[in-house]
Amino acid sequence: MSTVGAANTSSAAATDTLLQVDNLGKRFGGFVALENIVLSVAAGERVGLIGPNGSGKSTLVNCICGTLRNEQGTVYFGHRKLDGLNAHQRTHLGLARSFQLPRPFVSLTLADNIRIPLIYAVAARRGSHYAAHEIEERCYALLREVGLGDKARRLPRDLTQVEMRKLELARAMAAEPKLLIADEAMAGLTHSEIEDILSLLIRLNEQGVTIILIEHIMSAVMSFSRRLIVLVSGRKIADGMPDQVMRDPEVERAYLGQ
Amino acid sequence: MVFSFDLLINAVISGILIGGFYAAVTSGVSLSFGILDIVNIAHPAFIILGSYLAYVANATLGVDPILASIVLLPTFYVLGAGIYQVYYVSFEKRGQESLRGLAFFFGLLFITEVTLVLYFGVDYRYVEASYIGPSWHFAALDLPLRILVPCLVSLVLIAALQIFLTRTFLGRAVMAVAQDQLALRLMAVDPIKIKRIAFGISIATASLAGAFLIIIQPVEPSVGREYIGRIFAICVLGGMGSLPGTVIAAMLLGIVESLTSTFYGPSWAPAVSFGFLLLTLAVRPAGLLGR
Amino acid sequence: MIVRTPVFLLIWLGICALVFAASIGLNNDYIFFAGYVVLQYVVLSTAWNILGGYCGYVNFGSAAFFALGAYSSVAIYRLVTENDLYGIPIPVLMLIGGVVSGVVGFGMGYLTLRLRGAFFAIATLALAVVLQTLVVNWDYVGGSRGAYIIRPEQIAPIGNYIRYLFLIMMLLAVAAITIARLIEHSRLGYGFASIRDDELAAEASGVPTLRLKLVATTISGALMGMAGAPFPYYIGYLQPSSTFGLDYAVNSIAMPLIGGTTGWVGPLIGALLLGSLQQIATVTISSAVNLLIVGCLLVFFVIIAPNGIVGLIHTYLQRKPEDFVGRRPVETEIPGQVP
Repeated sequence: MSTVGAANTSSAAATDTLLQVDNLGKRFGGFVALENIVLSVAAGERVGLIGPNGSGKSTLVNCICGTLRNEQGTVYFGHRKLDGLNAHQRTHLGLARSFQLPRPFVSLTLADNIRIPLIYAVAARRGSHYAAHEIEERCYALLREVGLGDKARRLPRDLTQVEMRKLELARAMAAEPKLLIADEAMAGLTHSEIEDILSLLIRLNEQGVTIILIEHIMSAVMSFSRRLIVLVSGRKIADGMPDQVMRDPEVERAYLGQ
Repeated sequence: MVFSFDLLINAVISGILIGGFYAAVTSGVSLSFGILDIVNIAHPAFIILGSYLAYVANATLGVDPILASIVLLPTFYVLGAGIYQVYYVSFEKRGQESLRGLAFFFGLLFITEVTLVLYFGVDYRYVEASYIGPSWHFAALDLPLRILVPCLVSLVLIAALQIFLTRTFLGRAVMAVAQDQLALRLMAVDPIKIKRIAFGISIATASLAGAFLIIIQPVEPSVGREYIGRIFAICVLGGMGSLPGTVIAAMLLGIVESLTSTFYGPSWAPAVSFGFLLLTLAVRPAGLLGR
Repeated sequence: MIVRTPVFLLIWLGICALVFAASIGLNNDYIFFAGYVVLQYVVLSTAWNILGGYCGYVNFGSAAFFALGAYSSVAIYRLVTENDLYGIPIPVLMLIGGVVSGVVGFGMGYLTLRLRGAFFAIATLALAVVLQTLVVNWDYVGGSRGAYIIRPEQIAPIGNYIRYLFLIMMLLAVAAITIARLIEHSRLGYGFASIRDDELAAEASGVPTLRLKLVATTISGALMGMAGAPFPYYIGYLQPSSTFGLDYAVNSIAMPLIGGTTGWVGPLIGALLLGSLQQIATVTISSAVNLLIVGCLLVFFVIIAPNGIVGLIHTYLQRKPEDFVGRRPVETEIPGQVP
């Protein structure tokens, strides 16, 4: 198993390390959801995170983003300890995620859904407010990028499941993150839609956004990721180049086929 | 304020006994709020309803109030099941529980109380039974039977509920429904039906609790309001749905109230339970035997 | 925003002037007495809705904030009369009442807003009882015996004191709906809506939910306190049991839920309709039946018409009620409809 050395601290050599997770652990009562997770993501990387259902992927995302509090371990973002920071504070720092089960703001139009992170994450970061028309333009532009431009003034309840996932992604993008975690954004999409989202994510990456892609659709993960991390039963069992990881016997055993 | 050991002991004992009664009062909410996550703040109103029905049975037929409340158990159960059905269709299904569901129960609380006022007036009502009046005396201890009897029956009720929840299939399904509806469906059990049954049981306990109440003290329609704070304080402190925790928390509250009342005066008593609640919420929302 | 705020204010001030003039013309002081109560409810339900309808957090303790405002006035009155000081005018008392209730609102929010909505709601009930107990045991403001306030007979240039109170409450009501409308159309309003719809997602989107909720609780509490400040002068004899009474709680919840919770219009409609209805019912039937009607209407509307009267109007006009989110018109699925 190829892993990142445990000696990485926030001041370590890899100065372009964007996300550093040190010995992260999370329990729910007696159930151990995550145990001793160590990983690091460099700025500009395209990382895939895979694992069977229930392996703890979403829990890991929740702990990184502050939706859940981890009991053990520390998360560093850009050399900054995230302990004690709220989810919204981490978003202000540049972390964004889409939810596995879409959670749109149901009483707001799609455009207004996008408006929220623009007002509260982006504007707060810049210290000054976007002008009203700038925000307006940005909302529509983002919706067009994911193919929802013509539904900007609809409500989420008028959307299909697939369109809701796209809205989820657009809303995460609206926060102008340095690191975007896309949690199963492609479930249920057709082949061409998957291609669309993949090229969108690649475009984002080329603009400098680091991306962690959590997916079950192996073809998408393999073509997108430059590095693959495998989670099984709350532990990391593999971390390296996608081809190598897929050939790792432990991964085959635990995940790909019994 | 004269401090005497006798006074202290009696205050503590009295607190424990009242605590037993409080546990029965709270048991319904431990079910509906602790386990099913339904914020039924109208529960005290159903308890008062139980008190009045027991009063009517006692005054017109001379029936023992506790007996009357047992006879009325099925009626309250049906009432509870019906209310849950309305609640489910109107709110849970639409995802509107937090605002409108709460307002719904608040409305029910109000309607019940005002209807009782219109029908019975604001005079205090009380019941007559052989155990109201006499007390047992053990050395310095003074145990009024009108509190002791309800306390004992309360504990029996709680024990019965606990056995139901932990030893029967239906009871375990109730415990499970809050956590894993999918698993229940896979076992071909309809979660909605389970919740309806559980809520029905929750309201049924109010029938008994109402009888206990009117035995312990005279009742008039607005008495229920004092109990809102007590019930939720005990439920949260007791760990939300843990019946043993409810009993411990109830007795703790009973003791603190009793001591406050004895040494500082009864006008401070309402603040005790509510203050307890605020403190618990601020400090340890998971309660004593935490979830 | 279709109408700019200064224009909105002017329109409403104009309406107020007309109403006031008409009331004086009718020359029946009862209108002022009844109208004062209705206007008070406009303020209370608008205030409640800022936290309840906009943010989704139910406050059962409206009476507490209202009563705090009233009892601050009583305390100041005692201070002034016992020390032979110059009397404090009502608008100043309102500000003081607003500050007191706002601070308490902030404090309570700080203690409880980290918890889920249900716990917050229960905590507000608890707060109301704790405050009532404190006041009942505080002899300076009369304790359980109550407090008397002697109000002046006349005040220049309006004349009759009750007309003065009516005017002040009318102005406060205009202020309340203006504030509610401002919030609704502002960035704050979007933030509140995101909290109401999905607090977790709002946090993840960068919304500082705790801070915004505190803002809502403070503004809501402050407005309720301001509504309560003139009350002792209106009623003359203040009693804890009625001042902290549940009818304030029920009404401040029922009126917005019946009128409609997504905007500033709903609470206004709810308060005007329900308030007037109650004034008539109290006189013609009894106050207990009156409360029963409120309770039944609340339950009925919450089940049958969750979007309130505003929602019903929009359905009648053949838009979907949820389409009107109070900020901007929305496309509907009905062909041919132009938003």
